[in-house]
Amino acid sequence: MTMELPHSLVLTYPKEDGRLSALHNDPRTEPRAVRIAIIGVAVTFLGIFVVLPLIVVFAQAFSRGVSAYVTALGNPEALSAIRLTLLIAAISVGLNLVFGLVAAWAIAKFEFRGKTFLVSLIDLPFSVSPVISGLVFVLLFGAQGFFGPWLASHNIRLLFAVPGMTLATLFVTFPFVARALIPLMQEQGTQEEEAALSLGASGLQAFFRVTLPNIKWGVLYGVLLCNARAMGEFGAVSVVSGHIRGETNTMPLLVEILYNEYQFVASFAIASLLAMLALITLVAKTILERHLDEGKLSHDH
Amino acid sequence: MTIEVRNLVKKFGAFAALDDVDLRVADGELLALLGPSGSGKTTLLRIIAGLDWPDSGEVFFDGENALLRNAGERHVGFVFQHYALFRHMTVFENVAFGLRVQPRAIRKDEAGIRARVKELLDLVQLDWLANRYPSQLSGGQRQRIALARALAIEPRILLLDEPFGALDAKVRKELRQWLRSLHHEINVTSIFVTHDQEEALEVANRVVVMDKGRIEQVGTPAEVYDSPASAFVHGFIGESIELPVHVADGAVRLGGEKLALAAHDAGPGASRLFVRRHDMQIGPAGAGAFQGEITHVRNFGPVQRAEVALSHGKTVIEVDAPRDRELRAGEIVGLNPRRYRIFAA
Repeated sequence: MTMELPHSLVLTYPKEDGRLSALHNDPRTEPRAVRIAIIGVAVTFLGIFVVLPLIVVFAQAFSRGVSAYVTALGNPEALSAIRLTLLIAAISVGLNLVFGLVAAWAIAKFEFRGKTFLVSLIDLPFSVSPVISGLVFVLLFGAQGFFGPWLASHNIRLLFAVPGMTLATLFVTFPFVARALIPLMQEQGTQEEEAALSLGASGLQAFFRVTLPNIKWGVLYGVLLCNARAMGEFGAVSVVSGHIRGETNTMPLLVEILYNEYQFVASFAIASLLAMLALITLVAKTILERHLDEGKLSHDH
Repeated sequence: MTIEVRNLVKKFGAFAALDDVDLRVADGELLALLGPSGSGKTTLLRIIAGLDWPDSGEVFFDGENALLRNAGERHVGFVFQHYALFRHMTVFENVAFGLRVQPRAIRKDEAGIRARVKELLDLVQLDWLANRYPSQLSGGQRQRIALARALAIEPRILLLDEPFGALDAKVRKELRQWLRSLHHEINVTSIFVTHDQEEALEVANRVVVMDKGRIEQVGTPAEVYDSPASAFVHGFIGESIELPVHVADGAVRLGGEKLALAAHDAGPGASRLFVRRHDMQIGPAGAGAFQGEITHVRNFGPVQRAEVALSHGKTVIEVDAPRDRELRAGEIVGLNPRRYRIFAA
């Protein structure tokens, strides 16, 4: 009975008029003035640091009109950068999807020695500055690097070329899919897979019919964040790119180059594409998070 | 199908979940594995199902080595404690799963699958839930769907891990009777794990009592209740009074005082005396093996429960007495056990 008491009290709140509920003083809410002040600070901060820069990007991009904007994007150098960005993102997202699934599967469903070490290793790219990540690849594959002489003698060019940039992006974006899946898979446990196996399913059938459908929103979430980072990555890619125009410039690199050459419209036009990517990612992320929450509720036996 | 388990050993690190376990299950039996948590009962069930592998020992189904086959090839229906229903599939698809993943050569066509699922949902009386998702079902409904799903593959053995563990008391009782009648109907060799003695004694034909990875006793519900083979079984099944006694020269002593009880075949040394609460008769002061003062009486249900402070050894025991004579706190009474057992400590 004591459990029901607070419940019934909450139910009666909406029936009371404002003055009465103010007298009751719900302990969870602050006075109106404090609320307005707190929300005001947050909104002002967001306005200055997020909304204003976004507006500036688009304003600058369209400062000479729509035709200048379209011309800037139609420039061969810009097109090549867009192509390269899409290519690198596609490869890194594809590979990291596989790596992330495998890593999350191993960590969430099995017990083995060195598991915590593996988890912190997966997080490493998050804690290392991207510039350092890029530098590591220079030290490994550069002319004076560890594998440098061997690569040179076999005429394989990793650095200052697309393969090196892809490697750097792969490294930087590795944690996203695994990070999105590990908690989800750990929470779901292994019982459904065991049930599938005891019902005669093969390992692959269990994976595709049971495991994958259960984590599909998590997979999409990881892929989305991984893709956003892969397309936007600057530091690591900049170190290994060599900035060869029309060849090894991705969109973020081209933005910097054009800006330094005072080509503001062209620079901000490319930047506006990246900004749009961010906005689309944001909306998709919100939708996916809702699905993830629903998933959590629905298996809350 | 008969099941035979020989010298099964399973260790998790230094902890022995199963310590040399032997067990035979007859065809069509409904067997309960009963024990406290950590006694190894679930591990034994999972090894039989092929979800875990023993460190050593053998498992035979109808004389055939089951350890050579993986879980899917054993045709064992397994019902998980938390149901493990596929959350992204409807009830219908959950039950159909085992039929859909069969090799193409023996797989039923869509109409055959539909007919079989319908049949199973009728069996568990939940055909009206076919298009719901597991999250929309109550605990008892989920449990029955899990059972229907396990039965879809026409298992040779049915294994249930704490089948009613997560349900509330009323639903548990209903499902117990339902499980017993279902077993009667389909007559598949079945083993269920439980830590609830009442459930085991009420549902099973035979009960296996386990503790610390070993089997303490195997017997019918009446056998394990009336003639417990060890102190553990006596203490675990039914409500018992336990007194630390000392046996020497055929005499039983409690706190140094000699009791008017025969030692029977109990060996000399420190021992534990067990009496069922309802086997301790309360009589007038001076009569019986024990003397004591009633300190507290609670009246509920068919019996009254008296707390008695024994004059020997300064122990307080709880006794269930019939309600034909009203007991009062402060009364000095004599107590005599109708039946008792003495085990070495």
